[in-house]
Amino acid sequence: MRLIGYGFRRHATYWAAAAAGAFTNTVFGVLRAYVLIALWQARPGLGGYEVVDAVTFCFLTQAYIGPMQVFGGGLDLPQRIRTGDVALDLVRPASLQLWCLSEDLGRAAYLFVARSVPPALVGALLFGIVLPAGPATWAAFMVSFVLGVVVSFGWRYLVALATCWVIDDRGLSVLSTILTTFFSGLMLPLVIFPGWLGTLARSLPWAAMVQVPADVYLGKTSVAGALAFQTFWAAALLGAGALATAAARRKVVIQGG
Amino acid sequence: MVRTYLLLVWAWTRAAAQYPVSFALMTVGGFVISGLDVAVIWVIFTNTTSLGGFDLGEVMFLYGTAGLSFALADLLFSNVDRISQHIRAGTFDVMLIRPVSPFVQVATERFVPHRIGRVIQAAAVLAIALNRVDVPLERGWMIPVMVASGTVIFTALWALGGAAQFLLTDAPEVANAFTYGGATLTHYPLSVYGGELVRGVTYVLPLAFVNWQPGLYVLGRDDPFGLPYWLRFLSPAAAAAIALAAFLAWRAGVRRYRSTGS
Amino acid sequence: MIEVDRLGRTFKVRGTVVHAVRDLSFAVEAGEFVGCLGPNGAGKSTTIKMLTGILAPTSGRLRVAGLDPSRRRMALARMIGVVFGQRTTLWWDLPLKDSFELVRLLYKVDRRVFRRRLDELCSLLELGDFLATPVRQLSLGQRMRGDIAAALLHDPPILVLDEPTIGLDVVSKAGVRDFLRRLNAEHGTTILLTTHDLGDIEQLCRRVMLIDHGRLAFDGTVAGLRAVVPGEASIEEAVTHLYLSSRRSPRTHPHRPAPDPPSVTA
Repeated sequence: MRLIGYGFRRHATYWAAAAAGAFTNTVFGVLRAYVLIALWQARPGLGGYEVVDAVTFCFLTQAYIGPMQVFGGGLDLPQRIRTGDVALDLVRPASLQLWCLSEDLGRAAYLFVARSVPPALVGALLFGIVLPAGPATWAAFMVSFVLGVVVSFGWRYLVALATCWVIDDRGLSVLSTILTTFFSGLMLPLVIFPGWLGTLARSLPWAAMVQVPADVYLGKTSVAGALAFQTFWAAALLGAGALATAAARRKVVIQGG
Repeated sequence: MVRTYLLLVWAWTRAAAQYPVSFALMTVGGFVISGLDVAVIWVIFTNTTSLGGFDLGEVMFLYGTAGLSFALADLLFSNVDRISQHIRAGTFDVMLIRPVSPFVQVATERFVPHRIGRVIQAAAVLAIALNRVDVPLERGWMIPVMVASGTVIFTALWALGGAAQFLLTDAPEVANAFTYGGATLTHYPLSVYGGELVRGVTYVLPLAFVNWQPGLYVLGRDDPFGLPYWLRFLSPAAAAAIALAAFLAWRAGVRRYRSTGS
Repeated sequence: MIEVDRLGRTFKVRGTVVHAVRDLSFAVEAGEFVGCLGPNGAGKSTTIKMLTGILAPTSGRLRVAGLDPSRRRMALARMIGVVFGQRTTLWWDLPLKDSFELVRLLYKVDRRVFRRRLDELCSLLELGDFLATPVRQLSLGQRMRGDIAAALLHDPPILVLDEPTIGLDVVSKAGVRDFLRRLNAEHGTTILLTTHDLGDIEQLCRRVMLIDHGRLAFDGTVAGLRAVVPGEASIEEAVTHLYLSSRRSPRTHPHRPAPDPPSVTA
């Protein structure tokens, strides 16, 4: 818990960058909202969404970009691996993964305030967005949001740790950004992806970061099913991360990096 | 200046060529990332036959011309958005003691040619689109004119964003809202956006002249917003105007520069 | 070569105006070797940045090689070489010789002239062993020699160095000093350097300027500087005296070069 507070405060010093990010997210939110409105005016009710649902979805996705770090990064780990400092982290008694997770949750909490609320407010003022149906939906959304951050962390942690084995980690982070932006629902709601592509996209872990929490917010999905889906991917990715951490420790500590 | 620019670009390209695997991966990466925009357009058109009154071929034409302009400006000048990094690291001081415009130096510094992937992708989309929309030759002359004007407009946006970073050293991301935001805006027919936004990008920030106004001429379409017909031929003038504004802003930014540290 | 007349530079820091340099006047003739002393934050670097065109002055007149630096920056760049001790003008991840090649392109030095000058600088500064090494792997002394070579590839009549010996070991320091002395004596290059190292001043400079609180606190010969304190003072004692006296009274008048035993106005 103290670590979460530390992560929050550390990122709070970059308020100007966060404000700039919020501004950019808002601009993109407005542009994408118009495109979605045009699409839903041509096809009302598409994917089970009404126009106002689509607009709400659009601003929610922009709100997720900061906390979920949809474009990748957010962790110091690749830098520490490249400099070799990670050896110090790995021999600490505390789990590297939990350590990173706590700090990442603090970062996400700060960015939620600084980068998520402004675009959502502007969206509400300009276009009108729907609010969750009641306190129960709000609560479910908050749980789903936090699970989304954990899934996002699980994925980014794996990508970051891969720096131990991959020579050119920039290529890997580009690949990760492609997968996340497209398959999370950031660019378009996954509900309108056609046929098998839609089915596939909705079952991959990236859906747990953007599409699923948005659906919980909009009340378009069964809460239990959504949370179970997210919990499954959070557990799977964190489990893989734990295995990768152990392997990294063997590689760094025993083979000497 | 052009010669110095090309020589510097060539020197950095040779430096990048020492890592051929990284270069190839990044080129493919750029190609795929910009390809995602097309995937989005494709997904939209699996659900509808027309967006804002334009069919798939026309939207691809608008995307391809704007995308090509943006990719060329991105390849040649987008390094300018690293200006705040140079300011914070103190490397901008070094650029000011050289007998070459700092703009050329920032644009070429660590120039990596992998952004050519985007150019290829946009050109491919434009070629496919032209195959579908069937433009008569007497209006086709506008296509190179609009791509060139659009490249100038996007370059000016990068320069304006760079100039703004002399003031907003801690918040370089603001510039992205205008550069990448402008690119996203022009990917779709402006008829999907609200009237005020469209008037704003016609009369204030001339993004409508990247592909929309000249595109209406090439496609032989009426303006859904009923703006004057002659606006369609104004892209070169709009490009010149914003380029001048960017030049003045950049110069003011450099003069305002306060070198910090020792 | 350098004319500075009532030069001033202010910065606004959170609403209050800070005078980094005020009312600074001096002139440097061609072929001089001038050292510039001053406590940290005294305005030395700000002055250097104005002389090199990096910063525009807020008041006063400034001419370097007959040019107004901030307005004629690019023309000036061909006339001066600049070395920053605290940061490199080379490119971290490129081999030294690639950095030189980029400098050649920036200054449009003819390829044959470049070859000849580089050979000359390589032998004088002993760069041959690490020309192919990326700059980030060079030792500080090697990097500094590389930086000096890069600043001289276009054969400027004026060389400005901001703390060129900072952090160098005894041997590297001696090498750099030796090179600068020869450059000034044999090539006639006008040299202005800032330093905290009084050894640089004693061994190299015929003339010393001491800047404090953005003003000129002393301008004269090394012998004149020693004579600021009565008796057989060392240069350290003289400098310490000037630093402390200006701290007590920041409005001290500058010590002009004094033919007679100087009177201390502090």
